Amino acid sequence: MTEKKSEKNLISEKNLIIKVKNLTKVYNGLKAVDNISFGVEKGEIFAFLGPNGAGKTTTIKMLTTLTKPTEGLVRINDYDSVSQENEVRRSFGIVFQDPSLDDQLTAYENMDFHGILYKVPKDLRQKRIEQLLEFVELWERRNSLVKTFSGGMRRRLEVARGLLHHPQILFLDEPTLGLDPQTRTHIWNYIKKLNQEEKVTIFFTTHYMEEAEKVAQRIAIIDHGKIVAQGWLNELKEQTKTKSLEEAFIALTGYEIRDEEVK
Amino acid sequence: MNTVYILWLRQLKRYFRSKSRLIGSLGQPLLFLVALGFGPIYQKAAGGSYIQFLTPGIIAMSVLFTAMFSGIEIIWDRQFGFLKETLVAPVSRMEIMIGRTLGGATVAVIQGTVVFLISFLIGFRIKDFLYLPLFFLFMLLIALLFTALGTAIASKMEDMHGFQLIMNFLVMPLFFLSGALFPLQNLPRALTTIVMLNPLSYGVDGLRGALGAGYQFGFSQDFLLLGAATGALLVIGSYLFSKIEL
Repeated sequence: MTEKKSEKNLISEKNLIIKVKNLTKVYNGLKAVDNISFGVEKGEIFAFLGPNGAGKTTTIKMLTTLTKPTEGLVRINDYDSVSQENEVRRSFGIVFQDPSLDDQLTAYENMDFHGILYKVPKDLRQKRIEQLLEFVELWERRNSLVKTFSGGMRRRLEVARGLLHHPQILFLDEPTLGLDPQTRTHIWNYIKKLNQEEKVTIFFTTHYMEEAEKVAQRIAIIDHGKIVAQGWLNELKEQTKTKSLEEAFIALTGYEIRDEEVK
Repeated sequence: MNTVYILWLRQLKRYFRSKSRLIGSLGQPLLFLVALGFGPIYQKAAGGSYIQFLTPGIIAMSVLFTAMFSGIEIIWDRQFGFLKETLVAPVSRMEIMIGRTLGGATVAVIQGTVVFLISFLIGFRIKDFLYLPLFFLFMLLIALLFTALGTAIASKMEDMHGFQLIMNFLVMPLFFLSGALFPLQNLPRALTTIVMLNPLSYGVDGLRGALGAGYQFGFSQDFLLLGAATGALLVIGSYLFSKIEL
C-alpha cells in the first residue's frame, strides 16, 4: 500500500502547498498555538484533529490570514500569509466552523457576491454558479432566501461557495458538525470527488474520527496548542498500538474532557 | 470597483427586505412629527409654525438613526459570521469599508427622503425648490458621518450587548442636543457649548437652511464643520475597520 510511505519521503519541500514553521499564537498571555510545524502536500487530504480548545480553529485562522501569528511562518501556495495576504487569499476557499452566509440574501446572491469579491468574470461566474449549485443540489432553490434553508442546505451552499473561485486549497473547519448521516456522507462524497477530479488540496478538522479515518490520507493531532502526532493513518495506529483512529486519538490526547477557552 | 458596488447593493437589499425595519424606522419620526408638530407651545412662545421648524430636525433624526444602525450592523455580521466571508476575500479593507459606508449612507438618505415626503402630508411646505440639492447634500453628509461612526464603534465591539448602551448614551443625546427640537437662542451657556460641539447641530441647521426655515450658523459654517467631522470619522472608521481581527 502506498500509505506505507514514510513521512520522510513526503517532506520534499517542493511539493508542499501549506508550510507551517514554528507557528505560535498568544492570546492574553495564553499560548493557544505553541510552536507547531507541519506541511501539507499538493493534492492530498489532510486531517487536523484535536480535542475542543486544542488550537485547531486558531491555527486555521492563521493559515487563512484572519489572525496574525504571534511568531512563526505560514506559507500557502508559496506565498507568505502576512506579507502576501491577497495572493494567499486567492489561493484557498474556506468553509468555516460557524455559518457565514447572509441569510437575507438568496442562495444565488450569496454565490454571486462571493464571485464578485474574488473577481471571477461574469460569464464564467454564472456558469460556475450553475454548475456548483447543481453539484450540491441546490439549483432549484437558487432564488430562495438562505434563512429558509436547513442546516444541511446551508452547509452545502457554503461548500459550493468555497469552490466558486477554483481555489487550490479548501479549508474545512468541522464541515459536517451537527448534520445527519445522509448529509455528512453526501458532503464527504463531494469533497473526495473534488479532490480526485479537480486535484484540490483538502485541509479539514473534525470531531468524527470515523470520518477522518475514511477520508484523510495524512493526519496531524494537536493538543494544548502542540502537535502530539502526525503522519499516515497506519503510522498513528502503529505508534499507539491501536486498531482505529478513535483509539489512537484517545491514546494520544487522554480521556479528560476539555474546557474550551472562549476568546 | 465591483467590490464597492456589491457591498453597496447588499446593504440596500437587506434594507428593503427587512419589512419590520422599514416600518419601525418610519414609525418613530412620524410619531415625533405628529406628537410635537401640532403642539401650540412653540407658536405662543416664538411665533411661526413649529412644523416648519421641526421637520428638518426629524429628517436629521431619521438619517442619524438609520445611518448609525447601518454602521453598527457590522456587529450582526460578526455574530452571524458573514463578516468572515468578506474579510477572508482578496480585497482590501478599504474597498469593503467604502462599499458598506456608501450602502449604509444611501439607505439613510432614502429614509430621510421618505420622511421628507411624508411631512408634506402633515402640512410641511418648503419655500424654494432651488435649494433641494443642498438639502440632499446635507443629508448625505449626516448619513456618511454617522455610518462611519457606527462602523468605528462596531469595529471595536465584540458582541451585541453594547448596542443598547450606544443607542441610549450616544444616539439619543446626539439627537436631543442638536437643536433638532428647539431653537438655539437663549439656551443656558453650558448647553450652547455642547450643542456647538455636536456635529449633528450643523447638519440640522444646514437642512433647515436648505428647506427655507433659516440658518442659525450660516451655510459655510454648517458645510465646513459637518464636512470636516465627516471626513475625520471616515478616516477613523476605516482605520478601526482595517484593524479588525477575528
